[in-house]
Amino acid sequence: MRVLVTGLSTYWGGRVAQALERRPDVEVVVGLDTHEPRVELERTEFVRADTTHSIIARIVRATQVDTIVHTHLIVDSTRVSGRRLHEINVIGTMNLLAAAGASQSPVRKVVLKSSALIYGANAADPYVFREDMSRTGPARTNVERSLLEVEAFVRDFADDNPHVGVTLQRFANVLGDDIDTPFAMALRRPVVPEIFGFDPRVQFVHEDDVVGALMYATINDIPGVYNVAGDGNLPWSEACAIVGKRRVALPFLATSLAAEPARMLRLWDLPAEALQLLRFGRTIDNSRYKRAGFRYGYTSAGTVEAFAQGLRLAATVGDKHPSYRFDRDVEDFFRHSPAVVRPD
Amino acid sequence: MTDTPDRALEIAAATHPDLDLTHVDTTAGRELVPVERPEQAPDDVRRSDVDRWGRSEHFRQLTRRIFDPLYTHWFRVEWEGFERLPEEGGALLISNHAGAIPSDAPSIMHGIEKDLRRPVYGLAENLFRKMPVVGTLWSRSGGVAAHPDNAYRLLHDEHQLVLVFPEGTKATGKLYGERYQLRRFGRGGFVEIAMRAGVPVIPLAVMGAEEAMPVLFKSNRLAKALNVPYVPITANMLVFGPAGWAMPLPAKVKIRVLPPVYFDVPANQERYSRSRVMEETERIRRMVQDALYDMLRTRRSVWFG
Repeated sequence: MRVLVTGLSTYWGGRVAQALERRPDVEVVVGLDTHEPRVELERTEFVRADTTHSIIARIVRATQVDTIVHTHLIVDSTRVSGRRLHEINVIGTMNLLAAAGASQSPVRKVVLKSSALIYGANAADPYVFREDMSRTGPARTNVERSLLEVEAFVRDFADDNPHVGVTLQRFANVLGDDIDTPFAMALRRPVVPEIFGFDPRVQFVHEDDVVGALMYATINDIPGVYNVAGDGNLPWSEACAIVGKRRVALPFLATSLAAEPARMLRLWDLPAEALQLLRFGRTIDNSRYKRAGFRYGYTSAGTVEAFAQGLRLAATVGDKHPSYRFDRDVEDFFRHSPAVVRPD
Repeated sequence: MTDTPDRALEIAAATHPDLDLTHVDTTAGRELVPVERPEQAPDDVRRSDVDRWGRSEHFRQLTRRIFDPLYTHWFRVEWEGFERLPEEGGALLISNHAGAIPSDAPSIMHGIEKDLRRPVYGLAENLFRKMPVVGTLWSRSGGVAAHPDNAYRLLHDEHQLVLVFPEGTKATGKLYGERYQLRRFGRGGFVEIAMRAGVPVIPLAVMGAEEAMPVLFKSNRLAKALNVPYVPITANMLVFGPAGWAMPLPAKVKIRVLPPVYFDVPANQERYSRSRVMEETERIRRMVQDALYDMLRTRRSVWFG
């Protein structure tokens, strides 16, 4: 198996590459990103390149990868500007899929990491979204619009390339020791926001389950669309209680305006789609992926508990990861120098 | 299954410190309804009993305790044919709907939870979901937004009792002069859901809710401006003054459970014959309407039954 991982410098790209490296049946891992990897990697080949079509097509041809894991979809809109988000999500995916579908392309499998954000959060929503349901209100935020566009590309790609197995996964809100999401960040603060009078049912998935889910789709042939989320759901107030944080109510009218000072003070940075979730909540049906054989390590409430335990540990010992800086020369030496004794 | 009185009082006192709980009748309507706990994986660490639909049995206990005096002494609710309600398995309960703030929904839910010891999920327009505080309380007490998939999951996957008012707000917003005249039963969506879920429809006829909060006048323009189904002036407002917007009149409430309607069709079909659905809808509507006429024939007094 020869795998191309996009977004190597992101949390997900790094974790997936690490997991792929440990598998003996994976011959080659090629990581693509414009930034340097932030985790230590053994044998992943890092290519600093952006997702322009010609470059990706050349990389795919040259490396003869048969599998692409596309983790570089930005679902946290607080990270980048709207324009950059569009560029990375929509244009990046378009170019990647075009390269994967080029004539004589060696690619036989594409795994993509999308988000449950695509369902939105509205009053008219069903309480549990299945994969075949669509959102009930128009997409109002950049990230939601870009994900809709991305998924449209993916559907077209799957139709045009029946010989390629395409697995698209929609993840619920992720929590974990290491991942920074708007909700994880808010829950790390001394006080956590809520919208006055609303206590929606929310759902989480643990960061390890996300990596596990992406790996499971990479190793197995399970084309299709899958929701990925921990079992069950819980009220937001209960999630805050498990983490042991007090809640502060934002007004239910002009909520985003009221959230603005907190954003400027860097207390919380909750984008519009997160505020919408704090109002109406969202639950997705994770049973299809279970039927495909995937086993979750954490339930939704268990994810929050694991997150709370991670916070307690961090409060005592601080950051448990040694800092890592990528150095091209050092990495090249270990990978390619004849002086290094390699086991095979 | 009964909870100890002290524990329930403790919870009530902790969650509602402003309530005076010294004279609470601790035996009334506060039995635990056995409800399936949310999925319990080994690592599960739930802190509340809020289920995946937002319903909390503890919260229901509290509302049952508050509503019980109204149920027993104010409305003096009487049931007929209660034994027709199933002790297990899913069933879709449908009922006529009346009163500006309808007292039929809480009465039906209260009676069934108290005497059958089964939770009832009440489907209503997603209007509630948009309301702060009210929406949360509504959800905790078993309210679920009326979406076909929600109903299907509750009935088919979880074998629950689901209560729905097919007339919707067309019935609660009707004027006093039109009392006990059933409105259209929607487009028969409830029949289709029951068919798909493979459960019977159990029609209920409720008498008394019409007179508990009669609508004398309503402003369509104000309703449109506020984006709500109706803004009523009720008889209660004339009787009780400002308190009347929430205070029902003590009409005698009688609830008759009609024979369950089974549909002889396979469950889980993509779609069902429109004409069959409409036929069944109309038949059930007729059943409820006839039962109401029958009940009204024998009613001597609005207040004493």
